[in-house]
Amino acid sequence: MNRVRAGTQGRAIAEVYHPRIRDYSRAPAGRRRACAMLIVSASMEAQPLIRVTDLHRRYGELHAVRGVSFTVAHGAVMGLLGLNGAGKSTIMRMLCGVLAPSAGRIHIAGFDLLRDPLAAKRRIGYLPDRPPLYPELSVDEQLRFSARLHGIPRGRVAAALAQAKERCGLKDSGRRLIAHLSQGYRQRVGIAQAIVHRPAVVVLDEPTVTLDPRQISGIRALIREIGRACAVVLSTHILAEVQVVCDRVLILDEGRVALDAALDDLADVSVTTTRIALEFPPSMEELVALPGVHRVESLADGRWRLHHAASWPVDGLTRRALGAGWGLRELVPERCSLEQRFFDLTKRDLGTDQPGGTAPA
Amino acid sequence: MSGALPVIAAREIRALFVAPPAWILLAVVQAVLGYVFLIRLDIFLELQPRIAALPSAPGLGSLVIAPLLRSAAFVPLLVVPLITMRLFAEERQRGTLPLLLSAPVSATTVVLGKFLGVLALLFVALLLNALLPLSLLLGAGLDWGQFAAGYLALALVLAAYAAAGLLISTLCNSPGVAAIATSGVLLLLWALDWAGDRGGGWLAAMSMVSHLDTLLRGVVDTRDLAYFVLFIATCIVFAVRRLEALRLHA
Repeated sequence: MNRVRAGTQGRAIAEVYHPRIRDYSRAPAGRRRACAMLIVSASMEAQPLIRVTDLHRRYGELHAVRGVSFTVAHGAVMGLLGLNGAGKSTIMRMLCGVLAPSAGRIHIAGFDLLRDPLAAKRRIGYLPDRPPLYPELSVDEQLRFSARLHGIPRGRVAAALAQAKERCGLKDSGRRLIAHLSQGYRQRVGIAQAIVHRPAVVVLDEPTVTLDPRQISGIRALIREIGRACAVVLSTHILAEVQVVCDRVLILDEGRVALDAALDDLADVSVTTTRIALEFPPSMEELVALPGVHRVESLADGRWRLHHAASWPVDGLTRRALGAGWGLRELVPERCSLEQRFFDLTKRDLGTDQPGGTAPA
Repeated sequence: MSGALPVIAAREIRALFVAPPAWILLAVVQAVLGYVFLIRLDIFLELQPRIAALPSAPGLGSLVIAPLLRSAAFVPLLVVPLITMRLFAEERQRGTLPLLLSAPVSATTVVLGKFLGVLALLFVALLLNALLPLSLLLGAGLDWGQFAAGYLALALVLAAYAAAGLLISTLCNSPGVAAIATSGVLLLLWALDWAGDRGGGWLAAMSMVSHLDTLLRGVVDTRDLAYFVLFIATCIVFAVRRLEALRLHA
């Protein structure tokens, strides 16, 4: 399906034909198919590719996912963040139909995953936390199997394979056996088998784990590129990865959505803490007495963190530091980073952490 | 989607034949049955001068081929579990099952694809086995009716073993456990026959041997065919249900 053409033009044609669907059914077959495709792709852009409504999952006593709802639009990359056992993998398995939800609905490109599983699954590419690879197959055979399994006709398999290998940097590895591949290459084959059938929705469970730094940056660029043409959901423990790769972040805490926000919105939150380092620090009281400062934290190595209102002028501090000879070495306005939000939202007494954090396989 | 059926079967066949176990299995089974065949032929040659004068003397079919086929049904009892154990237990152990579960393929297609994959290997063994009695054509004639009934019986028994192993493989997390459980179940199905008439004979009626023996005599009875077909269908239906249930319980 040509998504570029199905942009504004597609929507316009869809609007023309949509009220007269019964009429154009008498149109020549070729034209009919083209119109139907445009309508489908136009409606696909109008509605989110992933729509999850009030999803629950219980493992016996453990209520792993408790009422999660979110949507992911065409062209968006959403990062799932959370501690071990927060429900990330469980949600991803449910998204891909590997695990049945205890309650709730999942729509993939408008198809209900539970009522119309085959249509929904045809539009999903999934990389589980362990790449689902057969060691006795070669890279080409594995990808061909995955492509055929997802309904790519025999005649188009070669082209699909070539493209997936090109995108994942596997161009020269087609004949190598998976059993002989390094972890990093296996991960790449894992991603390639998830995108070989050009799905509308790509779900990647910790795609950059076990990769070296160079491979990580390559895979991140690849995910961004994949994200342009479809909707991507990925989970990770690396907060910086979310900032580099994702447009949106969903922070999970004990099976609930703790935060669902666009990354741009997060960056806009104003600065409310400033970190300073002083050579000759005064007493805590003197720092607290500074105008506009609510609270002072003492950090290691003569560093301090000042909590203050938003848009706090620093000149009060600098003038004072110069005048009193505190020896100001550093002055860092701390952005409300994703990391900070993450730790605020998932603050939990480590002693009460759930035993056996991750979900049973 | 039926298009995925040959894809799954082909991968299964490939997985079987790229690894040594399938070849060793074919070789071992063929060696054992070759030995049985030679012994039976020797016995026949000893007996033949003495029984040739009898009006309805037992021929090659009863004295060589039927016992050979009975052995050919028994020997796989020990090796089929080693083939079927992989089917689902290994996919679960290696973490490849999500690929099948997340693909736009029904559980029935997955189960049937794997079943056909294993059948392909077992039927290669069956064809190799059929070469033994066919070699007799060099110096003797065969009762083709009995021959056909015998190999139909063998094919049904092998398919039944495969179906039972397939079902048990969906129930187990590790291939080893699946192999042991399958051997146990198949041996029990075989041994049920030893009950004879005890318990009203229904135990023996559940056994594979009694149905197999009728066919080996050259009698194709729909009751025996139905026994095997129902056995295979039941195992496959339960395997499909089990695979679907894995989404709920895994």
